[in-house]
Amino acid sequence: MRKIIDNVIEAVIFMCGILSIVFVVLIFGFLFKEGFSFFKDFGIIKFITGQFWYPTSDTASFGILPLIIGSVLVTVGACIIAVPIGIMSALYISEIVPKGVRDVLKSLVELMAAIPSIVIGFVGMVTLVPFVRTLFDIPTGLTAFSGSIMLAFMAMPTIVTISEDAIRSVPWQYKEGALALGATEWQTMRRIVLKAAMPGIIAAIMLGIGRVIGETMAVMMITGNSARIPHSIFEPVRTMTAVIASEMGETVSGGIHYRALFAIALVLFIVTFIVNFIADLFLGKNKNK
Amino acid sequence: MSKIEIKKFNLYYADFHALKNININIEEKRITAMIGPSGCGKSTLLRSINRINDTIENVYTSGEINVSGENIYGDEIDVDALRRNVGMVFQRPNPFPISIYENVAFGLKVNRIALNKNIIDETVERSLKAVLLWNDIKDKLRKSALNLTLEQQQRLCIARLIAVAPHVILLDEPCSSLDPVATQKIEELVIQLKDRYTIVVVTHNMQQAARISHNTAFMFLGELIEFDKTEKIFTNPSKRETGDYVSGRFG
Ligand SMILES: Nc1ncnc2c1ncn2[C@@H]1O[C@H](COP(=O)(O)OP(=O)(O)O)[C@@H](O)[C@H]1O
Ligand SMILES: [Mg+2]
Repeated sequence: MRKIIDNVIEAVIFMCGILSIVFVVLIFGFLFKEGFSFFKDFGIIKFITGQFWYPTSDTASFGILPLIIGSVLVTVGACIIAVPIGIMSALYISEIVPKGVRDVLKSLVELMAAIPSIVIGFVGMVTLVPFVRTLFDIPTGLTAFSGSIMLAFMAMPTIVTISEDAIRSVPWQYKEGALALGATEWQTMRRIVLKAAMPGIIAAIMLGIGRVIGETMAVMMITGNSARIPHSIFEPVRTMTAVIASEMGETVSGGIHYRALFAIALVLFIVTFIVNFIADLFLGKNKNK
Repeated sequence: MSKIEIKKFNLYYADFHALKNININIEEKRITAMIGPSGCGKSTLLRSINRINDTIENVYTSGEINVSGENIYGDEIDVDALRRNVGMVFQRPNPFPISIYENVAFGLKVNRIALNKNIIDETVERSLKAVLLWNDIKDKLRKSALNLTLEQQQRLCIARLIAVAPHVILLDEPCSSLDPVATQKIEELVIQLKDRYTIVVVTHNMQQAARISHNTAFMFLGELIEFDKTEKIFTNPSKRETGDYVSGRFG
């Protein structure tokens, strides 16, 4: 009897494992099919490098360059803000704060990760957006810059928690050795602890970015959602995810606009896949040490 | 002349009294050994001499430790400068996870002893030669220090100390993770270094203490029981506990 239960449970676990793989393959296959049929009609080069996204005009144009620039601008901006602050916070939590406070801080950061992005977007819209507008005295606060700040806020919990783990797993003996040679606390952190934890920190950054690239609702609410090539970070932009979310409802199933959105999804999928893959490489390297 | 004078020194880990009223004078440019059963406070005493115990929470001390005539528990002491002058080698070799070269250059850079690349290169070479490591590794200076054997790692840890030119070298059971052949080689190295440095070595290996040291301190349960010439400690100790310990009756 016990043997049977064992076998059943094993089979169920096996099925679950297989199913998750099957789903990923199916999603990818679906994206691939629709995306490719679009590329055949419109041309992949024209798609990637086209400067105009006019999906509904009479001579429709599906250039996603403004969207790519929008996504890159917002994401890179988010990294520039989130990476230094995230790493500093991780250092602070793991190395400086007393033990009791550390646990509280860590729980708070983890709680931050649990806030739904739509809530962050909403709060950002009513607080950050007007603030950015008055601070820089620009016509609208709905800009790439505001989006970056919002996304940085979302990437931070991932970056902080995973970097903190990496920093705390640096053997105590390294720190002791450095201090014993006359290094100050800060020299020890910068030259030894951070270096030893670097693979883990890079993985943390990649996972943080991975979360942010796919983010949709908050960016859509805050970046102004305008599909023009921006000239600075203080102009509205539109990201790839925002285009899919806002236009999918208006398309005809199977039509060229519909398939163009799938092609964008395919591009996103490939990018996030690569980012996650790089993160895995670094996490793996960390474990082998 | 004594380089290190420890006077009425007490240390507590929270409310555990780990060192009880220690008084000892350590001679300059000699090797002093500390022996005693495990847990008697040898490491604690050694780690008090470069104040690396400060990094542990809830450590309290009283009394004085004078190094070169200055009380290192006084108010004006610069702890980083102290640690540069009083180097330490740990029980398990702990080279940093960076290149061999960078391991040796580390102390020079953080203490701003040398910032010029040529001088750093020279010092790295001289330090590695002093620990007889140079010939084995001169072609792999840029390789990770973690790929060396344990014995080479321990030599490297000594080399990176020598690079910052300390006056005192503290060694906490430097051979306990090494095999007998490697142990012998490290012992030879320590003996070679005694002309230039004041050396304090903790060991639970009594033969080692007898082989390499001039003076030996015997500790037991946080107290310094006896401190004398090594020869006297091992052949004709004044205290019964010392005799029992060195003849192997306990510990
Ligand atoms: N960080 C610490 N916190 C609390 N007690 C400690 C700590 N380190 C050592 N001790 C205690 O202090 C005593 C002396 O330890 P130690 O100096 O390491 O002994 P030894 O090196 O002679 O084996 C032991 O009883 C040990 O349990
Ligand atoms: Mg010990």
